[in-house]
Amino acid sequence: MKKQTFDSKPAGPKPWYDPRVRAIFFQVVAIALVFWGGWVLIDNTLSNMESRGISTGFGFLDESAGFGIIMSLVPYDATMSYGRTFWVGLTNTLLVSAMGVVTATILGFIIGVARLSSNWLVAKVSLAYIEVIRNIPLLLQIFFWYFAVLSSLPSPRQSVDVGGAFFLNNRGLYVPEPVTQDGFGLVWGGILAAIAAVIGIRIWAKRRQLATGAIFPTFKVGVGILFLVPIMSYFLAGQPLEWDLPALKGFNFGGGISIIPELAALWIALSLYTASFIAEIVRSGILSVSKGQTEASKALGLPNGLTLRLVVIPQAMRVIIPPLTSQYLNLVKNSSLATAIGYPDLVAVFMGTTLNQTGQAVEVVAITMAVYLTISLLISLFMNIYNRAVAIKER
Amino acid sequence: MAESTMKAPKKRIDPVRWARENLFSSWHNTILTLLVGYLIVTSVGPLLNWVLLDANFQGSDPSDCTGAGACWLFINQRLNFFIYGFYPEEFQWRVDIMFGLLALSFAPQFIERFPGRKWLGLFGLTGLPIVGYFLIPGGLFGLEEVQSSKWGGLMLTLILAYIGIIASLPIGTLLALGRRSEMPIIRGLCVVFIEVWRAVPLITVLFMASVMLPLFLPEGMNFEKLARALIGITLWQSAYMAEVIRGGLQAIPRGQYEAASALGLGYWKKMGLIILPQALKLVIPGIVNTFISLFKDTTLVLIIGLFDILGTVQSTVTDPAWQNVAVEGYVFVAFCFWVFCFGISRYSQNLERKLDTGHRT
Repeated sequence: MKKQTFDSKPAGPKPWYDPRVRAIFFQVVAIALVFWGGWVLIDNTLSNMESRGISTGFGFLDESAGFGIIMSLVPYDATMSYGRTFWVGLTNTLLVSAMGVVTATILGFIIGVARLSSNWLVAKVSLAYIEVIRNIPLLLQIFFWYFAVLSSLPSPRQSVDVGGAFFLNNRGLYVPEPVTQDGFGLVWGGILAAIAAVIGIRIWAKRRQLATGAIFPTFKVGVGILFLVPIMSYFLAGQPLEWDLPALKGFNFGGGISIIPELAALWIALSLYTASFIAEIVRSGILSVSKGQTEASKALGLPNGLTLRLVVIPQAMRVIIPPLTSQYLNLVKNSSLATAIGYPDLVAVFMGTTLNQTGQAVEVVAITMAVYLTISLLISLFMNIYNRAVAIKER
Repeated sequence: MAESTMKAPKKRIDPVRWARENLFSSWHNTILTLLVGYLIVTSVGPLLNWVLLDANFQGSDPSDCTGAGACWLFINQRLNFFIYGFYPEEFQWRVDIMFGLLALSFAPQFIERFPGRKWLGLFGLTGLPIVGYFLIPGGLFGLEEVQSSKWGGLMLTLILAYIGIIASLPIGTLLALGRRSEMPIIRGLCVVFIEVWRAVPLITVLFMASVMLPLFLPEGMNFEKLARALIGITLWQSAYMAEVIRGGLQAIPRGQYEAASALGLGYWKKMGLIILPQALKLVIPGIVNTFISLFKDTTLVLIIGLFDILGTVQSTVTDPAWQNVAVEGYVFVAFCFWVFCFGISRYSQNLERKLDTGHRT
């Protein structure tokens, strides 16, 4: 468009009218401005930090943190370093994001399909869900679950008791923890063998179908193998699994796995909120598959389930994947709202407490932003690879 | 003859047939209908009781709440705080004028044939911020000064969302043009700017604005907390705005660019007179949608200590004088946001349908 080519004859334009010269000029000016701006910022920051007595550099990461964190996936106590708090925060962020992505996807797909249901009541209920949830700020929903719902649960002594194994109270949800004993290796072996067998059967069934046309009930047989083989190996190995049950000790529960209310509130709110967006994406994806496709596959004699699995979903996925990616990204970014209710995610622990204690704003903010940038780029990368796999292959 | 003049048969609405088709078409549909119907009946009844029938609307102090239903008089009592924050009561007419002007410039946009609605909209985008700039902080023309630390509630939420969107429009447009530029360095700078802001959560941006901005600025120069938050929100929002506008720029056919060049227009005239007017019109629904998400995201400023509508409610529901009013408070805020967002999103859907020229493949 703008690339006009001029003859290099004497009557060419004056240099300041030549787009190529202008382009170089503008870009040099832009670079100069960026460098000048960056230099001013760095200069200001350094002099400000000097006058406030803040040291620079990443040496603070090795210093002892001296504060406790209510939940950590990696071993942590107050004597460990600030660098360790970074890992605690990062793993907590990744944990709640992963949990949220899984539940939001499942819920979103269910609601999106329900929105298109032929059942009037189901369709309207899912429409109401979508329109209510997505028009209310996420932070408000997190507050609602945390301050209004979960904190009104009974205290540990009066906790809701399900079969003596699950306990729900205002300190969180307690579930039994499986503890593997000697000989559990056999069960792992059984699980692996079952998976390998199912893959083998699938390949064999496909080959047989291509050769003879006979259909083998891969799904039913596969599910059977996946359940039976591990269970058999479990009993063969002499039931090498024990459950560590939560029990009331003093004022709180000990043993088992505990899900703290901060995590639960954040997880519920993130899942419900993101699901309402995913549902709309799924709906538009399914609607984008033209009716002729369904009719053609019916005309070929495919039953409903196969039509959905082989014809509709693969085509809908092409439309669904790109916006779904950005919803996943939003979920990861939104998990930073954890800081408002005190769930120790990356922003709350590292950008909150660590920053306040060390005062090294520049380094901490830079690291945090770099982490989110990396997560975003990684998710985009993986989803792009997947997208390429499902995209239209033009031959 | 007789047949050709016969009217089409009237469409009969038969409730039994409708129910059979839409609710009980097969055995699993019937089970589903009964199950969902049961859930609705068991949950809507108590909910209705709580919201309306058993609720308390009248009274002046906490003891007037019976506790059986919602305690709406809590909202009633604190409404002024939820709307104006700490803004002094004797100056609240200034805020009211701004609310009125805001409604006057944007409410007519919902009505198709309102006379001069375009001019009102234009005033809302250009004149209104200027009026507000003088009216709300005061300090000029004999108006008493009200410091920004006293602003709060719904008013602050609207200010944040409104300024965020108005300021990010021009910056976003420039960034979008830069990203489509043919100069590699300009394009690269814009891409990096846009992608970095889009990748980080708004909270980190707000933290950065409140913690790092003072470090970046030369000694002695400082902004108030609200201004810092606004700078953060604007930079962050302009990256999103740039992507929306880029979509519009890409949708303009190449012929338009070439025709403009053929007429001898330079870059800025080409963009300003030919491309942008078409592109911006195309992306109005997109801009409205980003506005909705920004509007919801403004609640995050309570984390850096500003009192927006959620912040004011959050600070009062813990008041020991009122017991367990958290749910009422949250429902009130949720309702406010829901009315705004749902209304605006319906408007944008309408607009989308109207602007859709039907050129689909």
